[in-house]
Amino acid sequence: MSKKVIATTSLAGCFGCHMSFLDIDERILDLVELVEFNKSPIDDIKVFTKPVDIGIIEGGCCNSENIEILKSFRENCKVLVSLGECAIMGGLPALRNGIPIEECLAEAYLDGPTVGENKEGILPNDPELPMLLDKVYPCHEIVKIDYFLPGCAPDADLIWNALVALVTGNEMDLPYEVIKFD
Amino acid sequence: MNDTIKFKIDSQEIVAKKGQTIVEAAKDNGVYIPTLCNFEGVKPKGCCRMCTIKVNNRFMTACTTPAAAGMEVENDSAELNDIRKSIIELLFVTGNHFCPSCEKSGNCELQAFGYRYQMMVPRFPYNFPQKGIDASSPKIIKDQNRCIMCKRCIKTIKDEEGRNYFAFQNRGSELAVVLDKKLGKEMTDELAKLAMENCPVGSIIYKEIGFEKPIGTRKYDKQPIGSEIEV
Amino acid sequence: MKEKIMQIVTKYDADRTRLMDILLDIHDMQGYVDDENIEVLAEALGMSEAEVNETISFYHFFTKTPRGKFTVYLNNSITAVLRGRDAVKSAFEVACGTKFGAVSEDGLFGLFDTSCIGMNDQGPAAIINDRIFTNLTVYRVKELIKGLKEGKKLNELVYESNGDGNNADKDMQSMVQNNIRKGMFLLNKDYNKYEILKEDLSKHSPEEIIQIIEDSNLRGRGGAGFPTGLKWRFGRRVDGEHRIIICNADEGEPGTFKDRVMLTEYPDLVFEGMVVAAYATGADIGLLYLRYEYKYMLKFLNRVLDEMREHNLLGNKILGIKDFDFDIRIQLGAGAYVCGEESALIESLEGKRGEPRDKPPFPVERGYLGYPTIVNNVETLASAVKIVKYGAEWYKGFGTKDSLGTKLLSVSGDCRFPGIYEVEWGTSIREVIEMCGADDVQAIQVGGPSGVLIGVKDVDNLGATDLMKWYKPSGMMVAQKIYDRKLSYSDLPTGGSIIIFNNSRDLLREVVMNFMDFFIEESCGSCSTCRNLPFVMKQKLEKILDGHGVRQDIDDLLNWGKIIKVSRCGLGQTAANPILSSILNFRGLYEKDVKAMTDFDNIFDIEKSVDAANKYLGRKTEFHHN
Repeated sequence: MSKKVIATTSLAGCFGCHMSFLDIDERILDLVELVEFNKSPIDDIKVFTKPVDIGIIEGGCCNSENIEILKSFRENCKVLVSLGECAIMGGLPALRNGIPIEECLAEAYLDGPTVGENKEGILPNDPELPMLLDKVYPCHEIVKIDYFLPGCAPDADLIWNALVALVTGNEMDLPYEVIKFD
Repeated sequence: MNDTIKFKIDSQEIVAKKGQTIVEAAKDNGVYIPTLCNFEGVKPKGCCRMCTIKVNNRFMTACTTPAAAGMEVENDSAELNDIRKSIIELLFVTGNHFCPSCEKSGNCELQAFGYRYQMMVPRFPYNFPQKGIDASSPKIIKDQNRCIMCKRCIKTIKDEEGRNYFAFQNRGSELAVVLDKKLGKEMTDELAKLAMENCPVGSIIYKEIGFEKPIGTRKYDKQPIGSEIEV
Repeated sequence: MKEKIMQIVTKYDADRTRLMDILLDIHDMQGYVDDENIEVLAEALGMSEAEVNETISFYHFFTKTPRGKFTVYLNNSITAVLRGRDAVKSAFEVACGTKFGAVSEDGLFGLFDTSCIGMNDQGPAAIINDRIFTNLTVYRVKELIKGLKEGKKLNELVYESNGDGNNADKDMQSMVQNNIRKGMFLLNKDYNKYEILKEDLSKHSPEEIIQIIEDSNLRGRGGAGFPTGLKWRFGRRVDGEHRIIICNADEGEPGTFKDRVMLTEYPDLVFEGMVVAAYATGADIGLLYLRYEYKYMLKFLNRVLDEMREHNLLGNKILGIKDFDFDIRIQLGAGAYVCGEESALIESLEGKRGEPRDKPPFPVERGYLGYPTIVNNVETLASAVKIVKYGAEWYKGFGTKDSLGTKLLSVSGDCRFPGIYEVEWGTSIREVIEMCGADDVQAIQVGGPSGVLIGVKDVDNLGATDLMKWYKPSGMMVAQKIYDRKLSYSDLPTGGSIIIFNNSRDLLREVVMNFMDFFIEESCGSCSTCRNLPFVMKQKLEKILDGHGVRQDIDDLLNWGKIIKVSRCGLGQTAANPILSSILNFRGLYEKDVKAMTDFDNIFDIEKSVDAANKYLGRKTEFHHN
């Protein structure tokens, strides 16, 4: 049987979900028997080089780059999984939702207590920078997402159980303790 | 005179004391009917609709309906459990419930229902409504982002003269539970702590203390809500 | 100011169950209740300030800030919109120099939207300082505001003449028209005032009166259709120090205005019905809950009550009957549709927010202040008087087997003769359309927004039997030809609101959206379902109407509509009906707007969503990829 191909990314997230992924510990040896990684920070492949079976998304969408990457995942992956609170509901970055973006930027670059010296009132507006969205969007409000694995970060056992089920085609068997929102 | 009555929940026979509500009778018989706004010792109001059951194919709230002899109650059915799950999802999307940053996480009843019903993602879109935080009281923070309007604090937190510390404000989607400005300033530590305890979510937080219990030891970390009742 | 507030409090014995009256009096005096007043009230009534505010903030016509020397409440019911409300609204804004929801800088005008004010047959209409202005046009608005700015009085600015009938009474002086188009049994001047009380009542025992009502099979005319005789019998059976008769005159279902006409032309019949009910049930306290929108009738109605007291038809030992003490007080509401629900109405009568109560216990067991309470609709009570006069057998000559007697219909919308029609139960929709002169009909809303939207185009698309069982009113049958469906408790039950839409109307964008806004505005908010779902469902409908809908969205709406059925009261349970019944009967309109070829579409628009940040940062929005 050919190995399933997996891709992962972290959008507006903290990489905690990826860390939790690594918390499957020695089972990672079993995993590499089952799957091969394509575009992912885990193997540092930057672009899709072949069709992918399972795309795993950490983080929600807070800027135009996130949107672009998420869309490219949808195009290149058969199945997409939202991993963690940020991908599912925006998470901590979405605490800014409901506050006008102008206020957020002013607080961050002009008025906030941690601003320091910015007498000229310089704002980050280089064309190279991704453009900021009006709010942080859950991934499934941008593209179709097939599975959701909650947690901040999701329990390593949840990731393992779900991934094995997706790879082997079996049903997910998720015990009570592994589904958590924090 | 016999002061017990018999009725059925999901074809299981229930023996109840006269005057008991269906929720109370079920509990005494080891049957769990989920409740959220209901609070022991105060008059039920049926706000959250979580305890919705069917009696004679009609929806009723088990927390407000007295048990009656011969009643046939439908409780643990796919239809009712999906309605309950949808109510939890609705409460999640119409507030701002950021579990990872909430002091109540692990002990929160709303979250616990999310776990019990395996809410992986709400079926409704997130609203991210604009809601404020009232920190004017020296003792507590009232975070409107997390309030689910269960009325528990309104019903249970009163002064010696019976005046309410908390009250509703506005109506419909504008509805909020607000703290009385004057009474809030004079709140005792005991009452402030009680208010926090009685709040099923993290909308009332006692100031300066939080995240007391480590993850893994909190109320709903290992056991689902309701498991203390279910036999 | 404190003294004045205390005078009002003292007038009501510092009784917190009279908070509605206290607040109404303060509004009469100064137009608002501010924080300072609240402080005084809280102290005097032994409540916290937040508790006082709880009641104030519930009602549409209560306010904590001044709403202008002239406060305009322009009604936003759908028929007003169909008759040019938008232009009238703009005219007000231009003439008054302020937007709706605000007060002009000089404090002269406050402009506010308000739900249906019972003038659907003569809209757009507005309440300005408790006075009703009907048939508003841009020209009339200009003239009106100009006059007010020149210092003219409101009553100088009503149209040339007052309305017909008692609308012209010296204590009413209103420009409202009755528009009675067809009378039969209730709307019939064959009856001499107080005839029943003076001549027939004492001939019957209370038990006999109940029996007559039971024999007539009279059912509640507010819409729910509970057997009136049974309600009276229950009420009589429950012990209590007092027993209460409440007349529900809080008709808030958009499109109904029959109670307005009954109370204008036949107030004696309604009050007489309350006395008959009191005699039958042994009640000693009578309350008429009058919606605030009908405050212009208050003086007139109180005069009728005074007249009845003079004739010893109210008061102690009525008609010399031993122990028959009964009097009626009129309680004004303050703007809340949900108070038409009987237990919410009782809460409001007790000075609280109009949140429906859990049942059981029912009001007949434990109602106003805990006493057994019988709540009847205006039309029901008036019918009871006529039934006692002519007998149950005679009454059975009207209507159909399961729905005896007549029904007052409030007909409005796209027809030549909007107004009140008294018809026999069993009248078909086709007959109603013919009666009111409606052509080119696309749809008919029966029973107001909480009722059903029916039409002729989609008759073949009614196979959704699964939905039917969720559908309230329950037991509705789908006839082959929808025009031949009959108004009756078994086919099309209704409180009497009939709104007609012709083929030029956009049912989803105009009508359904208007109805959903109504439910969002009027939910008491107590139930998690009714507080949140109408809003969430409206967003989904908007998504479809904006061209972003997929088939799944229609299914979502149907499924979500089921959840709301677990709400406590009829308002909540029916709050999704505008969407549900339009999907059921006009599914084609939805199918037309959804994308059939894709199963995922969101509303997300990246250009729009980066716009605000880019503007603030002074950046150009540029995308180099596809």
